Amino acid sequence: MALRTEELILNLGPQHPSTHGVLRMILTLDGENILEVEPDIGYLHSSVEKMMEYRTYVQSVSLADRGMDYLAALANEEALLRAVETLGKIEVPPRAQWLRVIFLEFQRIASHLVWLGTWGADLGATTMFLWCFREREQVLDLFEKSTGGRLHHVYFRPGGVYEDIPDGWVEQALAFCEEFPGHIAEYEGLFTANPIFEVRTKGVGVLPKDVAMNMGACGPVARASGIAFDVRTAFPYEKYAEVEFDIPVQQAGDCFARYQVRVEEMRQSVRIIQQCIAKLPPGEIRAPKVPITLRLPKGEVYTRTESPRGDLGVFLVSEGEEHPYRVKIRAPAFSNLYALSEIMRGWKIADVIAILGSTDIVLSDVDR
Amino acid sequence: MPDLPQKPLPDGQGEGFRVSTASPIDKLVGMIDVLPGGTVILSSVEQVLNWGRSSSLWALGFGLACCAIEMMAAAAGRFDMDRIGTFFRGTPRQADLIIVSGRCTIKMAPIVRRLYEQIPEPKYVISMGSCATCGGPFYYDNYSILKGIDTIIPVDVYVPGCPPRPEALYEGILKLQEKIKKEPFLRRRAGVVPA
Ligand code: SF4
Repeated sequence: MALRTEELILNLGPQHPSTHGVLRMILTLDGENILEVEPDIGYLHSSVEKMMEYRTYVQSVSLADRGMDYLAALANEEALLRAVETLGKIEVPPRAQWLRVIFLEFQRIASHLVWLGTWGADLGATTMFLWCFREREQVLDLFEKSTGGRLHHVYFRPGGVYEDIPDGWVEQALAFCEEFPGHIAEYEGLFTANPIFEVRTKGVGVLPKDVAMNMGACGPVARASGIAFDVRTAFPYEKYAEVEFDIPVQQAGDCFARYQVRVEEMRQSVRIIQQCIAKLPPGEIRAPKVPITLRLPKGEVYTRTESPRGDLGVFLVSEGEEHPYRVKIRAPAFSNLYALSEIMRGWKIADVIAILGSTDIVLSDVDR
Repeated sequence: MPDLPQKPLPDGQGEGFRVSTASPIDKLVGMIDVLPGGTVILSSVEQVLNWGRSSSLWALGFGLACCAIEMMAAAAGRFDMDRIGTFFRGTPRQADLIIVSGRCTIKMAPIVRRLYEQIPEPKYVISMGSCATCGGPFYYDNYSILKGIDTIIPVDVYVPGCPPRPEALYEGILKLQEKIKKEPFLRRRAGVVPA
């Protein structure tokens, strides 16, 4: 007599330590093997797009911090303000542009550190969590000194930044840049040659290049699959055209490649910050005569920026009022999540955790 | 045995007892006395139990939004929440405390409620951040966020801020510990104090 088997439906989340927020995955299982994956999102839908329609542009900046990707608040501010400044033809003074690049790259480091730490914790390496948060606190100290906030800054304003950096900040930032590559080497010592880590990530969750393209994967996930695309070099904004940095690309497309890309990106961010600080000119930090209740001319605009998670786009329609008619946010984590849930079939349950962690999703970005 | 100040017993009977001043047990222990055969510490069982319960509050490792990142930072190296006996457990069955960290959507509300119900008694709730407290920045013009977690579960301590700093979360937990130490835990169970 043959043994009777049946498929099992398992809910992963929305409360699960390794879903990085409130994501629910409906897994159809055959034993330990995944037959079908269906992400169920919307548990953190905060309706910021709708709320922005009732806020002035300056007020929307604080919503962009909170309602979008909360690990990279400054990247969201930049995305929104790029749209506002492009449509309103507001010139940002050079010093403010350099400052923005510095802060965006610090934000990238902070965000990647959270990713590395939590992914390490998912895979059972608690040391990584503690080490990454140790360095992240140093970045947050730098943020706090100049923006006043650890997580939500509201630092970028239409036409510049809110305040200049305080005395001693540059030295502290340079000291961090000096020290941080050593810490990256520490992380690599913990992970790169670790046989357990290799078994869990090498060759696991391979995202082929064509699938990545078709599903609109972006950011480090796409770059780990061999797509050498980065908005910072393809469509340079602020001062990215004037600094030298490499775009790390890997061909393997597995979890390990995604890890390598992000770690290398942190090194490149340090390089960018050092160049920016060397080139930081004195001068104005905010365009003169940008009114608080800014009215944009009638029209629409789509701008894209490279957030730590990938290609973050903002589509903004203005009817000539002091608030936008419609804001649509193109979230990178959303397309990355769906690209990877596409390839989860056939892996084991434990691999789902590794693959999901390697996506670096933030549910606030997915749901908005 | 250290030399302790003497207090006469009421009605002038006996020799009197010694009041403990050794910190931090002096608040906990009622009196220390010498009996033939050794030193005993007299205290109410309830005080000892409350002291134990308040010093090992295990929280449910459950994050909702941005505030959860600050909660993680509070648990990590620099702030190190283990020092005050709080650390995170993966399942509600092992937890005493749920820290609602962040905004809760209407879609998420039944799940938060169920998680709360899955925690065994006695259980406590900390509402972390303005979103969990009242809807915060998402109060107006919003169709999806719950206006305060206290509309679905009872809250013991509110921690304000957007996001609250890890120090603020600490303060919240310490306030909760104070509250637990004063609870008539056993007396309520015995029906001496109304529930
Ligand atoms: S209170 Fe602020 S930081 Fe906390 S969840 Fe709400 S918006 Fe995020």
